[in-house]
Amino acid sequence: MTSQLLYGTRLRALSLLTAVTLTAGFALAFFYAPMDADQGFMQKIFYVHVPMAIVALCGFVFAGIMAIQHLRTRDARYDLRSYVAIHLSLILGAGVLITGSIWAKASWGHWWVWDEPTLVSFLVVFLLYATYQPLRFSIEDPERQARYASVFAVVAGAFVPLNFLAVRMAQSYTHPRVFATADGGLPDKMKLAFVVCLLGMSALYVTLWKYEMASKHTSAQLRSLRRKLGGDEAVTPTGRSAAPSLGTSQ
Amino acid sequence: MRRAVSALLRKDLQLELRAPQAVPAMALFSITTLVVFHFAIQRGQVEGDLAAGVLWVTLLFAAMLGTSRLFVADHEEGGLDGFLLAPVDRTALLVAKAISMFSYLVVVEIVAVPAFAIMLLGPTPGAGALAQLVLVLVLADAGVALVGTMVGALAVQTRARDLLVPLLALPLLIPVVIAAAKATTPLLAASAGDVEARWLLILGLYDLVFGLLAYAVFDFLVED
Repeated sequence: MTSQLLYGTRLRALSLLTAVTLTAGFALAFFYAPMDADQGFMQKIFYVHVPMAIVALCGFVFAGIMAIQHLRTRDARYDLRSYVAIHLSLILGAGVLITGSIWAKASWGHWWVWDEPTLVSFLVVFLLYATYQPLRFSIEDPERQARYASVFAVVAGAFVPLNFLAVRMAQSYTHPRVFATADGGLPDKMKLAFVVCLLGMSALYVTLWKYEMASKHTSAQLRSLRRKLGGDEAVTPTGRSAAPSLGTSQ
Repeated sequence: MRRAVSALLRKDLQLELRAPQAVPAMALFSITTLVVFHFAIQRGQVEGDLAAGVLWVTLLFAAMLGTSRLFVADHEEGGLDGFLLAPVDRTALLVAKAISMFSYLVVVEIVAVPAFAIMLLGPTPGAGALAQLVLVLVLADAGVALVGTMVGALAVQTRARDLLVPLLALPLLIPVVIAAAKATTPLLAASAGDVEARWLLILGLYDLVFGLLAYAVFDFLVED
């Protein structure tokens, strides 16, 4: 019971915070940060694309840490956290690939360039994590499904940095690198806009994560209450699912 | 531990010797793939980066075939249940399976690499290039065997077994492909050069990371 209440709280405050920071970040990006000398207006996509990529990768790492916790404690709630984190990171990851592709078209004239190591590594990571849901779906036993999904999340989480290293080494640096300057060489006004956008995107991720957790917990709670009141007949069987099932254990 | 590993390994190799299943299929598949490559890229001879690409795609796809068969016999005939009842460390199974996968790959390469050299490769590599090629093959095989053991153990318990193996293993093996293809390119070029040390380093690092990772997670894959 307490866990459900925990997930339901502060959702309104978080949503407001997300809306405010994201709006402020985009406003700064459009009206405060200077135009890029080379790329002009198109460079503004940087303020969506890069924060999204950073947040998605952090989400994958977070999922890996939650998966380690799940393997250590066998607590199904950690599996749910890991599942929701990967789910949201995958959605953001699709956004990263689309915005990256648009940016590549605008600045280099091609929808996809293999010379951009960060984007290529991201594609590989995305392809790997895209098998997470089919993997879960093809294991019926909920306990085993959770355990194997956690093993996958740990292995994939450790794979991410190794993959970035290998892909980066394989590139010949023919293109000017915008990302390398993201920490150091960015003008102060751009940096401020970027940091606010990054904060906004992180807040968006946390908020969506909380919403999905709350929704999953509430429907599990509802099922177990229904079962208590009306017996097994009152609950429709869920059938096979890729999502972790919490309801039966409570 | 050592006795358990050698018993498991003996069982695996004996099974493969008495009723060959995975290795002949992998070898045949790799040669067929070379023929397919000949027609698909429409070349009689390849060299340099194209040769490295053809070789690694062929070996990798053959390895996928072996990976999806690695645990099937144990799963279907109850070998895994028997192993779980025995009072031995579960890491023994990881080590034994990785070694048998590694030896399958070596046998396949003994067939496939000369076949590749005869059928498609333009320049003939010298003794020095050959020795370096063997080193790259050994390092890459270790990585493929470790990832294959993990993915095979994971996939054998699922319904979509044969579908999941390549989907999971290929993205995980991309660093191996990058490093191995880059490393073998100068060896297969018309004017043979030497392997760049950094690619061997990447392969070694990959083997180390995935060896530790497999050691850490394997216990959770062979429970119940």
